[in-house]
Amino acid sequence: MWPTRELYTSGLLVFAIGALGGVACHWWARTTSWTLRLFCGSALSGAVLVGGAGLGGLLNASELSWSLPSGIPYLNCVVRIDPLSSFFLLTLSLLAASVAVYSFGYLRHDTAAKSPALSCSLLNLLLAGLTLVFAAADVVFFLIAWEVMVAAAYFLVVTKHEAEESRKGGLLYILMSRSGTGMLFIGFLLLASAAGTTDFRAMHAIGGKLPAAAGGVAFVLLFLGFGVKAGIIPLHIWLPAAHPVAPSNISALMSGILIKTGIYGMARVFFDFYGVLPAWAGMLVLLVGVISAVLGVLYALMEHDLKRLLAYHSIENIGIILMGFGAALLFRSYGHPNLAALALIAGLFHTLNHGLFKCLLFLGAGSVLHSTHTRNMEEMGGLIRRMPATAVYFLIGAIAISGLPPLNGFVSEWLTYQALLAGFGATAELTRVAFPVAGALLALTAALAAACFVKAFGITFLALPRSQAAQAAREVSLSMRGGMAMLALACLVLGLGASWFLPVFDPVTQQAFGINATRNLATGNGFILTAGSPQGGSVSTPVLALMLVALSVIPLILWLLWGRKQKRSIGPTWDCGLPGLTADNEYTATAFSKPLRMIFGALFRPRREIQAEFEVSPYYPKAIHFESEIQPAFEKHFYDPLRDRILRMARSMRPVQAGSVHAYLAYIFLTLILLLLFGVRG
Amino acid sequence: MIAQIISVIGQTALVLLFSPLITAFSRTIKARLQTRRGPGLFQPYRDLHKLLRKGMVIPETASWIFTATPYVLFATTLLAGLLIPTIATQAPLSLFGGVLAVVYLLALGRFFLALGGLDTGSSFGGLGSSREMTISAIAEPALMLAVFTVALGAGSTNLSSVAQAAVGQSWRFLSPSQMLAFAALFIVLIAETGRIPVDNPATHLELTMIHEAMILEYSGPCLALIEWSASMKQMVLMTLLVNVFFPYGLSADGSPLGMLISVALFVFKLLILALAVVLVETGNAKLRLFRVPELLAVAFVLSALALISTFLFGVHGG
Repeated sequence: MWPTRELYTSGLLVFAIGALGGVACHWWARTTSWTLRLFCGSALSGAVLVGGAGLGGLLNASELSWSLPSGIPYLNCVVRIDPLSSFFLLTLSLLAASVAVYSFGYLRHDTAAKSPALSCSLLNLLLAGLTLVFAAADVVFFLIAWEVMVAAAYFLVVTKHEAEESRKGGLLYILMSRSGTGMLFIGFLLLASAAGTTDFRAMHAIGGKLPAAAGGVAFVLLFLGFGVKAGIIPLHIWLPAAHPVAPSNISALMSGILIKTGIYGMARVFFDFYGVLPAWAGMLVLLVGVISAVLGVLYALMEHDLKRLLAYHSIENIGIILMGFGAALLFRSYGHPNLAALALIAGLFHTLNHGLFKCLLFLGAGSVLHSTHTRNMEEMGGLIRRMPATAVYFLIGAIAISGLPPLNGFVSEWLTYQALLAGFGATAELTRVAFPVAGALLALTAALAAACFVKAFGITFLALPRSQAAQAAREVSLSMRGGMAMLALACLVLGLGASWFLPVFDPVTQQAFGINATRNLATGNGFILTAGSPQGGSVSTPVLALMLVALSVIPLILWLLWGRKQKRSIGPTWDCGLPGLTADNEYTATAFSKPLRMIFGALFRPRREIQAEFEVSPYYPKAIHFESEIQPAFEKHFYDPLRDRILRMARSMRPVQAGSVHAYLAYIFLTLILLLLFGVRG
Repeated sequence: MIAQIISVIGQTALVLLFSPLITAFSRTIKARLQTRRGPGLFQPYRDLHKLLRKGMVIPETASWIFTATPYVLFATTLLAGLLIPTIATQAPLSLFGGVLAVVYLLALGRFFLALGGLDTGSSFGGLGSSREMTISAIAEPALMLAVFTVALGAGSTNLSSVAQAAVGQSWRFLSPSQMLAFAALFIVLIAETGRIPVDNPATHLELTMIHEAMILEYSGPCLALIEWSASMKQMVLMTLLVNVFFPYGLSADGSPLGMLISVALFVFKLLILALAVVLVETGNAKLRLFRVPELLAVAFVLSALALISTFLFGVHGG
């Protein structure tokens, strides 16, 4: 018997000890390399233990539940590890382990972090919160765990609180999170009132027992509430504000797993709390997915802040995941459990894959930031010679996130395509057309992502350094490289070994739809991945990779035949006859995305300002000042008016909140009486 | 197993050796249409041979990405060529990747090519990379939607299955969805292979180059590999078009005589398509870069119409 329960509890305990120990160390001891090793070690070992629990949950394929002692009446701290929880715990474990390894080197050398021990403590607390969120099986307990996670992440985001940018990002994050929690609260209350209890088990398929209107409202509220955390458009605005200002190891965790708690919540609601939903629900999710994917990547392309760019890509990938989820919901509505399972697997597999490569990319960006002290890509360049290992890891992440074969991003996008294509034949009426169109927009998204990562990698790592800081960049320490290497390896392994990994999802689909879907998804001793049958479409990343290597032999033979005796010389790049090529001649990130900025001008509304100073003729300027910006549509047209309205309302409420204790006591008394009346009548 | 290996080797040879001929054919026809004589059908082979034997100059700013790019591009393009049916319905490696793999392998090659362009540090490389990635990105939805429409008809993204489904049905290509999808893919073909009116393969005027700007710094064997890959990519996309929409003559049994007829028909179909591309190329001026999206939008609308007519009239048309 696999000790799932013991592993989980001990993992949680290790995180808790790490969290408390970090605080203690911050107050009473000097932070040394050993204390850091201790607390990053606690995060690492906690991650391994939790991973063990997740693995156990998937292997046993049955649910296990027990209560933690809460000590508070009516608070049942029910922990339940079912396949869905287990999968997310496993994802958490993979990411947390590599981030823990990375954090050791990162925090030791991070001059900006005032207290590495405190950062470590918060890291452990965040991990504990996440571990609880994925397994909490009681509404109240879940929301408490949720808030622990939000709070820990908030404190981590504002680590560098001297910078206004950090404070603003943190504030936006906490505001959006709280409004999301508000929606979750109402949604959960609606469901729990139908179930008569707050236990998740009793809430299984409860959505169908609510009246249609209430069920629909609860669905939308829960979707939006979790959507805030996941960063769906238009609820995404906190993501590009908060992720870049957080320390890089935390950005990696936030993009890798924190926003996935939203995905977990959606999966829980869609496939556990609701039975068969009406088709509009699936359409809504699919639509939001498509919008998030396309707009996310378009905004990413316009960024030249490396970490903001990555944050927008998280929005894009959440969109891709939701395309899978939306398709799964629609298939269930139309009564195709096998296809629903395929779509769900596509979404969940992309959740894991995105976690891995986005975490990798954020750690890579963190290493670059660490060495060059800037997030602005326009000041980078030439880093591939100065940070060769980081460059390789970042390149692997870039290829994976662009969905290119043979890495893991390709496999999950391929599965998503297959699910979407199957939708045309399996659904009815206009819904049918939505599927291939969504597929085409997924193709647009993937191609734009590739363009974006050519830019991100090319401008950051290739050619000549564009600033002193980039010139002086150094490779990062062993532990930071180790953390990235773990993730790069995982991207490679999951890409090449996808068909052997997919059976992990069997318990999940069994739980959601009562079928094991992955049996049909692999053929040829597992070497070939299929979409249900080889005739329907198949792909084999290991064979493709093998063939790529084999075909590279042909140029090698040609070279042996003819090219061997010829010499290679190193020469200057063609500079049109001007003396000497400098970094000023290089294409910039802004220039790279210019064509797309013009093509999608209706969305971006780009504005630019050029001021040239000259003495004799305007053709010989002395100095040029160039400014260019795009209009953030959602902020301008939705959030700014909303904020103004809220502020106005708050001002009109001011007399009520006058600061007088007596008045407040009166309010409390009145509320109590009203509640009592309400209670007596009800 | 042995038959499989033979077919892999055969198709590799076919793609490798035949693709420069299509390039040569296009150039010769284009020259004739411009009342020039043209360099002859063997010029690309002579070019490749010569380039492979020359030394090369590597820019001092470049990293290993620059040198690795031609190999990646060559291998991915050739592998894409092994996934599509050429003379038989059964492509050698069809089971290991369908049309999605073809598109994404080409995308992998392009990804590296664009990085190679940026690696040189000159403005031209960056300019070419930026434009190439932009145009391919906006061509992608049209390409995929058209491909999906065809795939829906066949119920598969596996190209051998698609070709097989098409073989039995004569006149299928006259159904509205097929014609619209073909038109869309034809535009995408022109954009993806860098022909007029999207890009001019013969230009060396810096500001109008796209593909040529990216590879400006390549020389010797590396340039040979890139030029060869460009020819192979053109052949792959053309084969995709002719064999998906006009699968006549694809041999299913593999008898020697049948094979011979298949080869002849295959060559014939490709040359006809090449002729069509050349006619478009000769009859049009190059578009301004920012007019290209409009052309590709037309392609997208065509494929959307193809999808809708599939929706209205059923997957087999009429």
